[in-house]
Amino acid sequence: MNNYRDLFNDPLFWKSIYNTIYFTVFFVPLSIFIGVALAMMLNMKVKGLAVFRTIFFLPTLVPQVALAVLWMWLLHPNFGLVNGMLARIGIDGPPWLGGEAWSKPSLILMSLWGIGQAVVIYLAGLGDIPDDYYEAAEIDGANWFQKTKAVTLPLLTPVIFYNLVMGMIGAFQQFTLPYTLTKGQGTPANSMTFYVMYLYENGFRYFKMGYASAMAWILFIIVMALTAIIFVTSKRWVHYQGK
Amino acid sequence: MNPTTIKRLKRTLAYICLILASAFFIIPFVWLISTSLKPLTQIFTFPPQWIPRPFLWSNYSRAVEYIHFWTYLKNTAIITIFSTLGVIVSCPLVAYSFAKLEWRGRGILFFVTLAVMMIPGQVTMIPLFLLFTKLGWVGTSLPLIVPQFFGVPIYIFLTRQFFLGLPDALREAARLDGASEFRIYLQIMFPLAKSAILAVALFQFMASWTDFMGPLLYLTNEPSYTVSLGLQQFQSQKGSEWGLLMAVSTLMTLPIIILFFFLQKTFISGITFSGIKG
Repeated sequence: MNNYRDLFNDPLFWKSIYNTIYFTVFFVPLSIFIGVALAMMLNMKVKGLAVFRTIFFLPTLVPQVALAVLWMWLLHPNFGLVNGMLARIGIDGPPWLGGEAWSKPSLILMSLWGIGQAVVIYLAGLGDIPDDYYEAAEIDGANWFQKTKAVTLPLLTPVIFYNLVMGMIGAFQQFTLPYTLTKGQGTPANSMTFYVMYLYENGFRYFKMGYASAMAWILFIIVMALTAIIFVTSKRWVHYQGK
Repeated sequence: MNPTTIKRLKRTLAYICLILASAFFIIPFVWLISTSLKPLTQIFTFPPQWIPRPFLWSNYSRAVEYIHFWTYLKNTAIITIFSTLGVIVSCPLVAYSFAKLEWRGRGILFFVTLAVMMIPGQVTMIPLFLLFTKLGWVGTSLPLIVPQFFGVPIYIFLTRQFFLGLPDALREAARLDGASEFRIYLQIMFPLAKSAILAVALFQFMASWTDFMGPLLYLTNEPSYTVSLGLQQFQSQKGSEWGLLMAVSTLMTLPIIILFFFLQKTFISGITFSGIKG
């Protein structure tokens, strides 16, 4: 029990929870919104669908360590491509990973690079929606906005639900990216100390296995509780066809 | 505005958005390759240059010497090949029995399998680590290979869905011909589920190839490192060797991209399948 008491008095523990929740709260909804938007555009039977799909999917094939390294360089405050491009249009780029305020948004940006898998899943879900529904809506005089709201989104909710649960579980397990980016230090100013990373540091660097196990249990309880909440509330917003 | 104009406008807008998004997804790749061919002095120029001058191919040869790249590559390949093999041996077999065979406790065991899927890997990380320490496997690649031979829940779930879709009549016909249950599985069902199994194999291949946390935990001595662990060495010693780092990152990414190009169709149908059809 001492481990748990120590944990609750450990500021870095709370910081790691804050960082992890910050990331989850911004990343998960953003990834759903952007993922659905991209899939809906692809679903307009655009030309070159296979090309776009492949391009969106490619980043998910890059190993996370390589991805971290690549983005570290893209976001380099002085010599990075991103600030180089911003300079060209007269904007003085932020220090990105080097600054406390921008480190987490940078991580979110990097992670968004990997939403291709979700886009492919959404696309499959959109393909499952029968054309009849759209035809019926058109006969009733529905415009694009109404069709999206009344047909597309409700029928896509099972897929959104799946991606929400998976995305949330994944976000809480954030490890490789921040670990590689900061060499396990969580710099700057612990703004990149994520929960699982701190757990790993305790267990395998400081060999405080008991402390780390306590953290693992807390993580398990948090993720289980959140999953349960999503499952319970899902009855209200997830619509399955044929019901 | 008449309806066709609006429609055309919407399409154009969609294309513009898609092309912008594509740029976001593809530019970092181009940048990766471009940086991997630059001399260090050109990496540190502002504004950044797209085309390396001159093309420094020696980054690749130097990078390969800088770390024990070939050893790491061999280690990565061994882990990837055997864990993929493990998944192919175990997952369809377990999935088949969940899908097609009647036995006591099947429902409960399937529920347990699904429940395991929900537990974050980090929760079981420490007990597993202690278990592998007791077995004396820490420092070897066994902890990264052997578990795959005992089945991976998410893949079992995926292949089970596939087997459920295969008609029972095939089994009955084979049984009338006197085939044993195992033979039915091996000679009829396994080949029929080929596309699902290939997708699973590809998932595992990618997972092993790109895994960082597993090797970090278990491969404690340098000669057993994988490429993803090796990448870190460019950073820790006297600053970062950016060009070399990018060269190895390219070498690490390329095989997967090539594999993906060849197996794209199976791969994407596999994802579709695991995603929704429940």
